[in-house]
Amino acid sequence: MAVSKIFGSSVKRREDPRLITGKGYYTDDMNLPGQTYMAVLRSPYGHARIRSINTEKAKQLGGVVAVYTGQDLADGGIGPLPQAWPLELGMVNGEKMTIPEWRVLAIDTVRFTGDGVAVVIAEDPYTAKDALDLIEVDYEPLPAVTNQAKAMEPGAPQLHANVPNNLAFHWRLANGDVDAAFASADRVVKAHFINQRLIPNPMETHAAVASWNAGAEEMTFWNTSQNPHVTRLLGTLVTGIPEHKLRVIARDVGGGFGCKISLYPGDVLAMWTSKKLGRPVKWTEERRENYVATAHGRDHIQDVEYAVKNDGTVLGIRVKAIANMGAYLNTGPAPGVPTWLFAPMLAGCYKLIALQSDTYAVYTNTTPTDAYRGAGRPEATYIIERGMDIIARELGMDPVEIRRKNFIQQEDFPYTSIGTFTYDSGNYEGSLAKALSMADYESFRREQAEARKHGRYLGLGLSTYVEVCGLGPSAGANAIGFTGGLWESCVVRMHPTGSVTVYTGSSPHGQGEETTFAQIVSKELGVPLEQVDIIHGDTSSVPFGMGTYGSRGLAVGGAALVMAARKVREKARKIAAHQLEAALDDVVWEDGIFHVQGSPDKKKAIQEIAFAAYMAGNLPEGVTPMLEESHFYDPPNFVFPFGAHICIVEVDPDTGVTKLLRYIAVDDCGPVVNPMIVDGQVHGGLAQGIGQALFEHGIYDEDGQLLAGSMMDYAVPKAGDLIHFDLARTETPSPHQPLGMKGVGETGTIASTPTVVNAVVDALSPFGIAHIDLPLTAENVWRAIQNARKP
Amino acid sequence: MKQEIHLKVNGVDHHDEVEPRLLLVHYLRDVLNLTGTHVGCDTSQCGACTVMLDGQAVKSCTVLAVQASGGEVKTVEGLATNGTLHPVQEGFWEKHGLQCGFCTPGMMVAAVQLLERNPDPTEAEIRHALEGNLCRCTGYQNIVSAVQYAAEQMKAAKAAPAPVTQ
Repeated sequence: MAVSKIFGSSVKRREDPRLITGKGYYTDDMNLPGQTYMAVLRSPYGHARIRSINTEKAKQLGGVVAVYTGQDLADGGIGPLPQAWPLELGMVNGEKMTIPEWRVLAIDTVRFTGDGVAVVIAEDPYTAKDALDLIEVDYEPLPAVTNQAKAMEPGAPQLHANVPNNLAFHWRLANGDVDAAFASADRVVKAHFINQRLIPNPMETHAAVASWNAGAEEMTFWNTSQNPHVTRLLGTLVTGIPEHKLRVIARDVGGGFGCKISLYPGDVLAMWTSKKLGRPVKWTEERRENYVATAHGRDHIQDVEYAVKNDGTVLGIRVKAIANMGAYLNTGPAPGVPTWLFAPMLAGCYKLIALQSDTYAVYTNTTPTDAYRGAGRPEATYIIERGMDIIARELGMDPVEIRRKNFIQQEDFPYTSIGTFTYDSGNYEGSLAKALSMADYESFRREQAEARKHGRYLGLGLSTYVEVCGLGPSAGANAIGFTGGLWESCVVRMHPTGSVTVYTGSSPHGQGEETTFAQIVSKELGVPLEQVDIIHGDTSSVPFGMGTYGSRGLAVGGAALVMAARKVREKARKIAAHQLEAALDDVVWEDGIFHVQGSPDKKKAIQEIAFAAYMAGNLPEGVTPMLEESHFYDPPNFVFPFGAHICIVEVDPDTGVTKLLRYIAVDDCGPVVNPMIVDGQVHGGLAQGIGQALFEHGIYDEDGQLLAGSMMDYAVPKAGDLIHFDLARTETPSPHQPLGMKGVGETGTIASTPTVVNAVVDALSPFGIAHIDLPLTAENVWRAIQNARKP
Repeated sequence: MKQEIHLKVNGVDHHDEVEPRLLLVHYLRDVLNLTGTHVGCDTSQCGACTVMLDGQAVKSCTVLAVQASGGEVKTVEGLATNGTLHPVQEGFWEKHGLQCGFCTPGMMVAAVQLLERNPDPTEAEIRHALEGNLCRCTGYQNIVSAVQYAAEQMKAAKAAPAPVTQ
């Protein structure tokens, strides 16, 4: 393939040959001489006081190297886990957030099933697990609370002495004259939504291998991270191992979806025990352990009011969201998820004039929640996109028409939404029109009417979404309390023979950046793909990077790459001009060749320039040897991908089973580097969003037992649960991203949940059913139908 | 009390002494260092550990190494022949049937089994046959395409005239 055609093409992934032959580099694949194995004893209670722990029998078991408790860690100088996002702006009454102490192992109280109590290091993994059974813990069970609304009530069990009423924080975003908007409304439409708890379920559970070298006083730490540098920084803060002596490696990561942003207690335990014992320590979560020990997602109870005119104009929205934070604030962006990543997107792609959103974040005796694919934006999009359907139904309007009536128009961009973010670009009518045409909307409505006559319940659901991603400008992130930059780094190194190694701070875990980043290099430097290698996920070779989450891989990491590559090209151009004895302005770049304007024969390939830069004896004045440049890219704004999704379903009224008949996704993420990979991202996002709509539920009982505590009990969608998705795209570039690209990793998840629910509710409208809460399992749908049939 | 086992894995004979409780998947990964076969759950739901045992796709997290003794195992590392990818591997590469790649080895082995039993599966048959293998990344669409691609390749290879020997 000509170099000029590589960008924008569905080239096959360069990471695949190793992954399809069993030669990947996942953390658990790593084995070191003298390696030991770690297992964590976890609380079986949702809430209990630890009266005593006796580890003697466990220590005496043959093959056990060591057993430690929370007190041992505290005595060893290990403090509580840090929190990355202490909110300030938006805290109601200017209150400060209280961050409760989360110990790596609990000392006196456990607050969720899965809270760590003791750790065993043994010569083999089976022995480590045997030893867990020999640890005697005397628990005094305490009353537990798992539902966040109940946790706020007076008299509820209290989790943290310094957090009255379990209220982690009360946060508000308000913009526009909310009272006036509601006063001038013809009606106020109300809704109550449950956005249920989800369990991320990357196929690879959390894993770590820690190896301390006492002679060099340095730690090498392999783990499943979406952001190895952030893991290193947090690891340093907790363990005291200096950053320059802590190398974190995350080469192949088996999925993340947000839950591998955080530093987990187990990570700290592996590092600390390896250092203490002077031996490598491996920790691989079992799946059931992953279900309780790795962060969950979503879990909102939402009360919503929409201020509406009878002509369908939506003026304002008022939201009260009670977010379940779990027992502690997870170390990732947890406090930002139900606040800044949620409320600003509540107006969606519509011209609302007033918005108020109150978030009550509450501690309960459950696994902490944090970012999960979409992280706040699905919870917001669900409110506005379910809301549009509910309002349309109340007004007797078509769900398409009400959206059109309220759309931000193409000429309005950049548009500062009432949610306070400035949307970069959009063409909402464009994607909607395309989706409607693919669905043949008018004829579907006729078919639906005909089917109803025969007792068949077909439904069509729609969602026109916009989301914010490409996280994000650092100044903005700092202003809203995030204690980290959200830039990205890249080093582009052209070797003397013209091949290229790229070091990116992005940390892909399935997104295919080894391929797409090479495609970008190919475009920017005119070198063939096989001459490019992308290095990521190793803090010893890659400059500090913020990692991959929030659909920022290409939007931010790709931008850093483009800028670094362009610096390389510009330097090469200077050298080329010097060697061609031409004025810099006369040197033209085309497909990897510099030539003098008007004299195509006077030319130098960039590979020749690379060698000249290495020889370095004939460089223009002031130009340093070698072709290597770095760039730290801090985006001027977020990016705002958007689109229109349509789902057609048939619901069996006798069983409540929803059958997906069609799913159409029209997405706009700007120009596309590799259409095959973008389609794949959308497919996966849809699967997770449909999973939330129809199947998944991280449900607890009142005592704090996770009832959906294994893959037998939690419904990760299977191949037969899903259908072939019809995808299309429109292309509206971002004006500020160097290649116009927007993120696409989360769009499918964000858009699809309300789309599917809208379809099911549409199908059941003859029963008078106006809403069914997530997830729309056969049982929940069947019950809704039974209730509707009651006289 | 360790027990002696002998297995043929990807065509190579192995003799080892193992604990009776050692799972086949841990034998493959930790003793033979064949780390291509993954462990994704502990309840036999996810299928990441799927391997061929005597021609049957099994979840190697649910088979003891001692049970497999005397048998022949094929793992993802044994799918390619003399450096030539199996059509199912080709299909997964060609059709973007993997993202993070963690479920892929087991998924491919399950797909190989399917195509051995049913060389021309419909989309519904593919989806049904792969219900014992979970993928969280792809939404399965490109996995279906990958299996369809492999089926086409295998049919074409079968239909092609045998190479002429001189």
